[in-house]
Amino acid sequence: MADELSLAVFQEWFSDTIPQNKALGLQVIGVRRGFATMKLEWQPHLVGNPETGVLFGGALTTMIDGCSGMAVATMLTEPAPFATLDLRIDYIKPATPGQAVIAEAECFKLTNNVAFTRAVAHHGDPTDPIASSAGTFMMGTKGTVLQAQTLGARLAKGAAS
Amino acid sequence: MSDYLDRLRKARDEGDLAALGEAIPYAKWMGMAPENSTGELLTRMRYKPDLIGNTHLPALHGGTIGSLMEMAAIFHLLWEFDNETLPKIVNITVDYLRSGRPIDTIAKATVTKQGRRVVNVSVEAWQEDRSRPVAAAQIHFLVNATS
Repeated sequence: MADELSLAVFQEWFSDTIPQNKALGLQVIGVRRGFATMKLEWQPHLVGNPETGVLFGGALTTMIDGCSGMAVATMLTEPAPFATLDLRIDYIKPATPGQAVIAEAECFKLTNNVAFTRAVAHHGDPTDPIASSAGTFMMGTKGTVLQAQTLGARLAKGAAS
Repeated sequence: MSDYLDRLRKARDEGDLAALGEAIPYAKWMGMAPENSTGELLTRMRYKPDLIGNTHLPALHGGTIGSLMEMAAIFHLLWEFDNETLPKIVNITVDYLRSGRPIDTIAKATVTKQGRRVVNVSVEAWQEDRSRPVAAAQIHFLVNATS
């Protein structure tokens, strides 16, 4: 299970310092090696259908992309920049207006070139999903290594001890 | 028939494209709006620092580009087709081709296949150079579905 320090560190690097994640108000609520959990509160400006108050699908796309990326970072024991290669999301049922959404992502395979992820979004019961997703991330892309991308080493150490 | 769709139909009948974007809270918040100054329906996401996902490159958050493409498809369906319900997204597949630089991004939707219940839409997104897209998406929507 995540210790509080890991949660705080990942919250800082995956929400507070990523402008779009911060603008959405994404909260990191769970982290362990290969897994990331985030929470998104319902907010009126994220609504896609003004008749029903249902969140716009794209708000969940951003959440799932961010959460899946964080799951990849938890696997890294050495710094490596990476970027989303593709993301597929099935919208299974509309999010209930007024209710927070939880996204759980898993990075189930990391190779030299590609990381593979799956994720599910729900209102508290993962067996009753709002959205389900499969993603791939390209490893070793251009750019400076983010401090966030070295955080997996910390979790690996914790898992070994 | 909802008030919302009635408003959109009125906007369409009057050629008031801007009203389409203003009716959707998320589009307003993200700075996404339809335009047709060149005769084709495009959707633009105005750059703002809040859209960044990687501060070091810097690059737009991939999710914002995915959202823009979904929005472009919805605007296209609302503007070009006489739907009786709002299109309901079934799924989206986004291929990320290049990193999105901190400037405006534009998306164009094309209907690949219009069925009775489901429509398949292709979307392309680019920035300054249309021949160098930043992302491509395939999206399915339910249209005119009873539920």
